[in-house]
Amino acid sequence: MSSSSTSIMDNLFQRSLEDLIKGFRLQLLGESNFISRALEEIRREIKVTDLSTKSTALHKLSYLAALHGVDMSWAAFHAVEVVSSPRFQHKRIGYQAITQSFHEQTSVLLLITNQVRKDLNSANEYEVSLALECLSRIGTHDLARDLTPEVFTLLGSSKAFVKKKAIGVVLRVFEKYPDAVKVCFKRLVENLESSDPQILSAVVGVFCELATRDPGSCLPLAPELYKVLVDSRNNWVLIKVLKIFAKLASIEPRLGKKVAEPICEHMRRTVAKSLVFECIRTVVSSLSDHEAAVKLAVAKIREFLVEDDPNLKYLGLNALSIVAPKHLWAVLENKEAVVKALSDEDPNVKLEALHLLMSMVNEDNVSEISRILMNYALKSDPLFCNEIIFSVLSACSRNAYEIIVDFDWYVSLLGEMARIPHCQRGEEIEHQLIDIGMRVRDARPQLVRVSWALLIDPALLGNLFLHPILSASAWVSGEYVEFCKNPYETVEALLQPRTGLLPPSIRAVYIHSAFKVLVFCLRSYFSAEESTLSFSAQEFSSASSSMNAFTYESILNLVNVIELGLGPLSGTHDVEVQERAKNVLGYIGMIKQELAEKLNLQDNETEVFRVTAFMEDVFSEELGPVSATAQEKVCVPGGLELKENLGDLEEICGEFLKPVESDSVSDTDKISFSVSKLRIRDQQEASSSSSPPHEASSLLAEHRKRHGMYYLPSQKDDPDNNGTPNDYPLANELANEISPDPFNPKKKPNQSKQRPVVVKLEEGDESRNPPQAKLDIETVNDDEYLSRAIQSALLVKNKGKEKDKHETNLNSGQHEKDESSRIEDQQNSEKKKKKKKKKKNGERSSKHKSRGRNVVASASEQVIIPDYLL
Amino acid sequence: MIKAVMMMNTQGKPRLAKFYDYMPVEKQQELIRGVFSVLCSRPENVSNFLEIDSLFGPDSRLVYKHYATLYFVLVFDGSENELAMLDLIQVLVETLDKCFSNVCELDIVFNYSKMHAVLDEIVFGGQVLETSSAEVMKAVKEISKLEAASNSISLVPKSVSGWRGR
Repeated sequence: MSSSSTSIMDNLFQRSLEDLIKGFRLQLLGESNFISRALEEIRREIKVTDLSTKSTALHKLSYLAALHGVDMSWAAFHAVEVVSSPRFQHKRIGYQAITQSFHEQTSVLLLITNQVRKDLNSANEYEVSLALECLSRIGTHDLARDLTPEVFTLLGSSKAFVKKKAIGVVLRVFEKYPDAVKVCFKRLVENLESSDPQILSAVVGVFCELATRDPGSCLPLAPELYKVLVDSRNNWVLIKVLKIFAKLASIEPRLGKKVAEPICEHMRRTVAKSLVFECIRTVVSSLSDHEAAVKLAVAKIREFLVEDDPNLKYLGLNALSIVAPKHLWAVLENKEAVVKALSDEDPNVKLEALHLLMSMVNEDNVSEISRILMNYALKSDPLFCNEIIFSVLSACSRNAYEIIVDFDWYVSLLGEMARIPHCQRGEEIEHQLIDIGMRVRDARPQLVRVSWALLIDPALLGNLFLHPILSASAWVSGEYVEFCKNPYETVEALLQPRTGLLPPSIRAVYIHSAFKVLVFCLRSYFSAEESTLSFSAQEFSSASSSMNAFTYESILNLVNVIELGLGPLSGTHDVEVQERAKNVLGYIGMIKQELAEKLNLQDNETEVFRVTAFMEDVFSEELGPVSATAQEKVCVPGGLELKENLGDLEEICGEFLKPVESDSVSDTDKISFSVSKLRIRDQQEASSSSSPPHEASSLLAEHRKRHGMYYLPSQKDDPDNNGTPNDYPLANELANEISPDPFNPKKKPNQSKQRPVVVKLEEGDESRNPPQAKLDIETVNDDEYLSRAIQSALLVKNKGKEKDKHETNLNSGQHEKDESSRIEDQQNSEKKKKKKKKKKNGERSSKHKSRGRNVVASASEQVIIPDYLL
Repeated sequence: MIKAVMMMNTQGKPRLAKFYDYMPVEKQQELIRGVFSVLCSRPENVSNFLEIDSLFGPDSRLVYKHYATLYFVLVFDGSENELAMLDLIQVLVETLDKCFSNVCELDIVFNYSKMHAVLDEIVFGGQVLETSSAEVMKAVKEISKLEAASNSISLVPKSVSGWRGR
């Protein structure tokens, strides 16, 4: 009595979903408070036995879950209860909650199988529809398996409303339970000939998904699909069929020839942009060898590009970028439109245009395109500006600066980039400045000039994003100081007070560079002195011509400037900066006294001279690029197993080796991983075997006998220790190999300016992707299962069809004979193919015959080729 | 396949959200917010496509349409055509317009259940099954009728009739 009265109260005064929504709009509690109160209410209401109350509560909960992110997994069982209600309204709420919140791990999922089956068998088509929707969303392996018969029945339904949904659900059923293919595939395929556009659209949609997952599975259906492609005038259907053919043509090139003409026909005929675009995409992505089709597609792309509709413009550019790798002329033809799109207000269009422009870049037009882009970068918003800079940087540096001929120009361009106000790509520019310095010897003078200009630019020091560029500039100025016009000014720039704005790590680079400059100046001053004493200073002759200007005063001045600039830094908090500064100051302290005492330091026995010469030696070692794979070139010493898991070795050895420990055998001998130690061990064993055997070593020998597989092979020939270290090259070796004579460009012998040598390490210069083979194999396996299921289903289906047909029945015996002799008798089958071609336009039954045989044969060959189509 | 359908107003409040692959609610909310933050930054009269690989994974595309105070958003993969998806939004809006005669945001707010009925007729488990708004209307009307019928039986709640019977 009391329970029923509370349920009346609940029912009468329960807030409906509408009340909840209204309340939500008027509430003053704050959203989260309101939600938690509503949830409290729902939790109370949902426990009531009355299904109306329960379903209303569930409905409110699914609303809150969908739009306010409230968890509803706790109500899973209540959803199952509501779904079992005989009333349609409740059922609908229940199914909605289930599709929304259930997933593979939901435990009560097992409880709905019977309910779903019951509803699938319902006479009310809307109840059937609810159950189908539910299955298509949350269908698991078990559900799909248990409900396959019902789905099969529904596929034959006379009501289009049910049938189309049954077709839709097949996709989920196949995916979760591939064996269902055997049951349902035949009925599914039959619908390809349906005259009802709804049904056709649904079934083509399913095949489109199947073809995406595994194109091979749909290949045998090519004739039916071709018929749809030619006959249908429904754009939705045609788009899906085109998508299927795009997939099929990629695995069966001969199909391309066949479908190219109908696709072009649609392209010419239709006014629907969506269909035109799909035709274009199909042609440029899958039929790019069919010249006429590509030409037509490019013409259509051009129409898209000149449209005012930004969507069409975007898609046109999109299609161009698909066609670009194979048919660059298509992009070049539309160059103006592409460049114009760079200033479009739509970010998508701009980005797409930029990508296209970069795909056009080659060594002839790189400077022109870069100039255009730099102008756009100056005008653009920060986001797009950096996108441009990044594109230019990556296009130019591709494959060790493949497209750059004039490095002086490129280095200047890098300098320009640093001055674009929105530039945030400092790190990439830093990397390239240093990289070019190391790889391209001829670019160094210009590099030093550009660096110098960057160092003295006051605007850059304040910009956080550009600090890496300054770091690179400072490094270049120090490393290649011999190309510097005025080292004194360089030092001043490196020690300017505003360098305090830089982070310590970069400041350290500045100080170190100043150090290099100082050493260089001193050295050239001394060598100038030497040469006046008729010493030949060949190695400086090139650079020191301008340096001869060093006088005693200027050197002293330089030393003073550096001392003055670094003095305060010896007390700084940052250890790196402090240490660098102290290094320089220490060096100055060493030389200064002597420098002050002697006006002329001709004597190369002095301390100053020796220290300077020594420092010069330290800095003169040239740095070269290091291959990304350098580490891999280090040979693994013979006999060293790195990949074998030795984790369990310890367990086994533990008990045997414990007594050994006490027996004065050193710890490292316990588990010997390295060959050398093993050999020592072997020697010990050998020696101990001649003398009365040691207890420990006998134990070990015994262990070795029993667990030999865990030991590293030590008996095999001794690894040649002399050989290994020489096998990998020194990092700088390659840099030293730069030949003095200029590289002869193959492409353009008559070029005015020859391309300088770019040091290029063999493979592995670019970052490499880890192999993904394993992943691929797994996914392929998954698809293959479905594909095999479909293939075998086709086999069954066609056999069945053959049995249906009278005339086939008569011939079936002969067919089987044909099959068995087919492989041996290749020529015979070739003739038959020709016959089939002739019969192409014949009645359907003959088509089916041929397909049946085809598929049976393919069971052994694994490749299905629809010969009759081609 | 369609991955998600969303409707949200220009303040970013979701009005309808349907994800065709299971996703925890937190993730759903995160995606809705993510999509809105990109949408609201886009100027008028630009293309209706968004690059959203960062939100929905590779090979996912998004089209949207802006009507009055509402954004209609469709997320889908490579087996759908972008322009066809825009048409589908058009179909959806037309259908809603017929349903509510001049649909506005409030209709969508207060007719949560009917909205789903409409959408479920058009998109079935991620596949487009119906593109004619007349067909959709027919089905939705039937569903409403069925719901009303099942409701009218229950004007007197079961518990009450049980109590009277005593």
